[in-house]
Amino acid sequence: MNWLFQPLQYEFMIRGLLASVMVGILCAVMGTYVVLRGMTFLGDAMAHAILPGVAIAFLLHGNLLVGAIIAAVIVALSIGLISKGSTIKEDTAIGILFAAALSLGVALISSIQTYAVDLSHILFGNVLGVSVSDLWLTGGLGLLVLASVALLFKQFLVISFDPILAATLRLPAELLRNVMLVLLALTVVVSLQTVGVGLAAAMLITPAATAYLLTRRLWPMMLVSATIGAVSSLAGLYLSYYFNIVSGSAIVLTATAIFLVVFLFHPRKGILWKRR
Amino acid sequence: MNTLPESPARLDVENISVAYDGEPVLREITFQIPHGARVAVVGPNGAGKSTLFKALVGLLPVRAGKIFIHDLPLGHHLDCVAYLPQREEVDWHFPVTVRDVVLMGRFGHQKWLQHSGRADREVARKSLQQMDIADMADRSISELSGGQQQRVFLARALAQEPHIFLMDEPFTGVDATTQVATLALLDHLRQQKVTVLISTHDLNLAASRFDAVLLLNHRLIAFGEPKLVFTPENLAQAFGSQMLKLPDGTVLVDDCCPPEEEYILKGKVK
Repeated sequence: MNWLFQPLQYEFMIRGLLASVMVGILCAVMGTYVVLRGMTFLGDAMAHAILPGVAIAFLLHGNLLVGAIIAAVIVALSIGLISKGSTIKEDTAIGILFAAALSLGVALISSIQTYAVDLSHILFGNVLGVSVSDLWLTGGLGLLVLASVALLFKQFLVISFDPILAATLRLPAELLRNVMLVLLALTVVVSLQTVGVGLAAAMLITPAATAYLLTRRLWPMMLVSATIGAVSSLAGLYLSYYFNIVSGSAIVLTATAIFLVVFLFHPRKGILWKRR
Repeated sequence: MNTLPESPARLDVENISVAYDGEPVLREITFQIPHGARVAVVGPNGAGKSTLFKALVGLLPVRAGKIFIHDLPLGHHLDCVAYLPQREEVDWHFPVTVRDVVLMGRFGHQKWLQHSGRADREVARKSLQQMDIADMADRSISELSGGQQQRVFLARALAQEPHIFLMDEPFTGVDATTQVATLALLDHLRQQKVTVLISTHDLNLAASRFDAVLLLNHRLIAFGEPKLVFTPENLAQAFGSQMLKLPDGTVLVDDCCPPEEEYILKGKVK
């Protein structure tokens, strides 16, 4: 069992583990909505669009996470506004917004000479650099998001499954959708620490897609997804420690491996059985 | 059943026009339905039948005119209109069980942060029984046949305990069991004094089982008792070239709806 405890003698490893597990759970829960509502592209776009916020925060010597949060909320609400009904298709609008924000972010960052190292941290995460205050922020945001999901579970279920019923019940569907987008944005921001901009979307969709294959109700789907997210984060971080690979990649590859196993060997839906 | 307000208990549609992006789909529609009536909404494809229903539940904004339910503007009663969507409008792969779907019908009776209680589950159970799907309560909706899926949504609408029940094409593309269950439900709803509006392509059914027919083709062509509405003139106005009048007075309507069928209305329109 020594291999299990050996990494834990380092405080940065413990902080990293705590952060990745929190992020794993959070992403996996919000990811169920992303998968069910077909918002994968949106989640990816949101992650990339956060970059300018981070860059501006750095230029102003502010907290990078706070910069990311502000950028993410702005992006979330603009996407909500765009998709509300414009002449441009939603995914086109998201594509434009996301490319522009990414370019702006890179442009800003490239103007800072010493930023080279930190840019790779933003793109791929830097779980071993998590500070105690980052941990508190992650935990606080995580609790906020999970509590909102628990409180609005019924409403989110109806607007996701049956917009027509939402209308007949007079739910403020647009407001609820914007709340959901903001929660998603906060989740993406939190995930930057562990998997970075480039891989945030994977943490949203891979555990949730796996859980989708395994469950038949939304609530259990969230639980299973969260478990897979947490396990992938833990296992990924150990893999990263022992094989000296980038932690974000290790986490995402672990989640993907779990997905593949379920996808291939699932008793009813597994493609290996279907072929016969 | 909810207590009815004092008089007048009825659905009033006053001169409404409804549009999607450009051209209005419905123009200047006016009618009045007394509470508890059973009305068939009939018209060719694209006549605006679904659009009318969506306007009535508040899903589409009304561009002009007004809708009143029991003399109060639409939206005043939160839970009193139930809507059975067309089957293709539902994501059948969403992870919900039959019971989950039916319990959603109770959300309108609950406070925002309240969860389904014992009374709600009891209503759901009765609705499931009424539609003869109680044994499937824990099945995933994706595992059901088309007819069973429709009965789940009928059960949900029942659980809403509505005053007005809108059904969009409940007889199209379902098995015989579901047709029978749906017709039985209509009689149950009649006892409960629920107003029912059903869009259908089945003119025979409309003529035989309904108190009134609302003949629609973007405009309201006729509204009233079936035998007064189904005249060759009205049908010609509604269906245009899709209608063929035979020498003996029989009117054939070839309505190219999915699935393609031919509806014959004999004897009623001489």
